[in-house]
Amino acid sequence: MAGNTDKPAGFSARLAAIASWPVAQVFRLLEYPLAVIQRRVGIKRMPWIFLLPNLAFFGIFVVTPLFINFAFSFTGGTELFLGNRVYTGTEQYGFLLECETFGDPITCREDRFWKGLYNTATFIFFQVTFLVLFSLITALILNREIRGRGFFRAVFFFPVLLSPVVVALIWKWVLLRDGLLNAFLVSIGLDKVLFFVSPEWSMFWAVFVSIWAHMGFYTLILLAGLQAIQPDLYEAAEMDGTSKERVFWRITLPLLWPNLLVVVVLALIKGVQIFDEVFVLTGGGPGTATQFIVQYIYNTGFTEQVQNFGLASAASVILGVILFVLTMIQLAATRVRDNG
Amino acid sequence: MADTNAKTRTLATLVTAMRGRNRLHWTDVFSYTYLLFGVLLMFGPVLWLVMSSFKTPAGLIEFPPTFLPLGQIEVPVEGYEKPLLLYDVTMEDGTTKQLAQVRRIGIISQMVDPENPDEKFKIPIDQRTKVREFRMAFENYRDPLERFNFVLFLKNSVVVTVVATLVTLLINSMAAYGLSIYEFRGRNAILLFVIGTLMIPITVILVPVYLVVTQMGMINSLWAVILPGAATPTGVFLLRQYMLTIPKDLIEAARMDNASEWAIYSKVVLPLAMPAIAVLAIFSIMWRWNEFLWPLIVLNRSEVYTLQVGLNAFQGELDVQWHYILAMTVVTLIPVVIAFTFLQKFITTGIASSGMK
Repeated sequence: MAGNTDKPAGFSARLAAIASWPVAQVFRLLEYPLAVIQRRVGIKRMPWIFLLPNLAFFGIFVVTPLFINFAFSFTGGTELFLGNRVYTGTEQYGFLLECETFGDPITCREDRFWKGLYNTATFIFFQVTFLVLFSLITALILNREIRGRGFFRAVFFFPVLLSPVVVALIWKWVLLRDGLLNAFLVSIGLDKVLFFVSPEWSMFWAVFVSIWAHMGFYTLILLAGLQAIQPDLYEAAEMDGTSKERVFWRITLPLLWPNLLVVVVLALIKGVQIFDEVFVLTGGGPGTATQFIVQYIYNTGFTEQVQNFGLASAASVILGVILFVLTMIQLAATRVRDNG
Repeated sequence: MADTNAKTRTLATLVTAMRGRNRLHWTDVFSYTYLLFGVLLMFGPVLWLVMSSFKTPAGLIEFPPTFLPLGQIEVPVEGYEKPLLLYDVTMEDGTTKQLAQVRRIGIISQMVDPENPDEKFKIPIDQRTKVREFRMAFENYRDPLERFNFVLFLKNSVVVTVVATLVTLLINSMAAYGLSIYEFRGRNAILLFVIGTLMIPITVILVPVYLVVTQMGMINSLWAVILPGAATPTGVFLLRQYMLTIPKDLIEAARMDNASEWAIYSKVVLPLAMPAIAVLAIFSIMWRWNEFLWPLIVLNRSEVYTLQVGLNAFQGELDVQWHYILAMTVVTLIPVVIAFTFLQKFITTGIASSGMK
């Protein structure tokens, strides 16, 4: 971001000052009880008092659920409360993982889970590839000396702030049978296409729409990476009369590489958890053509007649393992970037 | 730093341009083509949504669609209760006339001349075209606000966003204060713990969090949406990194003046950390306003729906009323557009520096 951080900071500081007036009153009210606590526990233990609410939230809504999730995945039945559930050992995992050949979801006992896995794999392969590619191209272009750079940057960025539901509805409206895109196809002499009836088209638009929505975020990170490259390097290259192509391959790309790596892994982590926009856009259909892992968990645990919490938990644990591996890679990638 | 870089670069280009060495490279042509195409692709669908949201149901099902919202002109005709639709008609002798349609039977349309209601015509429907004028169907916006639970959804979304953001800011800034100002045994363990929770997205623990929320009796209450995501590791980190830069002398000086730890936190550190707090506030507002999967799971009664869940429910209905959905989508968009217009640079700086969204 080329400077100019002062003005917006000042603006929102003023905005925050107005908004925080009631908050200031709450703080004032809390001052006396907290002073009493400080006298009781001593200043040495005060950090724990400050950490307490946050740790309580983490404990209740993250750590405990994590353990319960494991426990759930080893039980069956339809009871929600853990104490009432039947212990079934690794039955749920066995059910999920039983396949004749792992290459074909139809031969698996729980084919919907495998279809979800395969769909997610297909989705992230195309989504991450083109997301990173287009983000890189856009960042490279926005890093040039072009007119109206701020405007163009805003154009590519604004969908990031839209809600997934809004994004999906915007595109659904364009892609419907009598929508804008079909009107265009007819006007150039082609036939209408029923996009959401065709599995291939549905997957294409799922990928396309999620790239449309998230590209700005990755472009921004790459742009920050590009702007961190020392201009001296480019000036030196220009002095030597190095061609632009060579400058790109020899200076820009190697120096951007660590950022690119972080972006790829980040996109993978987000991609594996794809749900919102595709769920509203295609509903997972036609059939199960765009149903992903998270939707499988959602359907199994919360929408079916018989809510199968055990199976949903087991699938969550498998998703968690996948994400854990990806996050480890991400941490390694970030370390590469920050330590050069 | 980045600012000076940009300046030197501008200067360098200016100098080379003056020497005439900066000829139009193929990449320049490509760049502008790409950007113009980008504008079309990014803005086009949103513009289309806004234009469509002002069309009448009849205007929406028209194919090929028109860009502007047009409504067919209706004229009152003597002898008929309701106003009739007006058409341009090509008569058999080749002349054109404006006629009003009484009824349509198959491919034949029965029409009258509004000037002379006694004279009736039978016109094949391919001989007539609608007479239209620019008209915005504001009822698309008014009806949902009056008739459906839409206002309730809007209110729920606002409550969730505001309360959740306040709770998030309070507990995360407290934790960040505890982790940045003090040196104490176990601090690194806590930091590690927070990093650990960073790796656990809600998608992985949907079922057990649902159990916890049910146990606490919060199902179908807005608290079920507000509380589980209130402690965010990213928030703690963002604020802690910022608070670490606050000079320790300031805090020592306050302690000398007998200020309590709470007073130091709320009167010294928080005001100084305002830029970071504002970034977290914007993120939190964005997350909460847009959140979908978790509210979808815990809110099952339409009185407690948030905007996102409500919109999804509407679009999933068998008889999809697109004219209302489009208008409601636009309403859902508006706060985001306003926030973006005023805070764009701030948001983008926040994202670029923290690498999160």
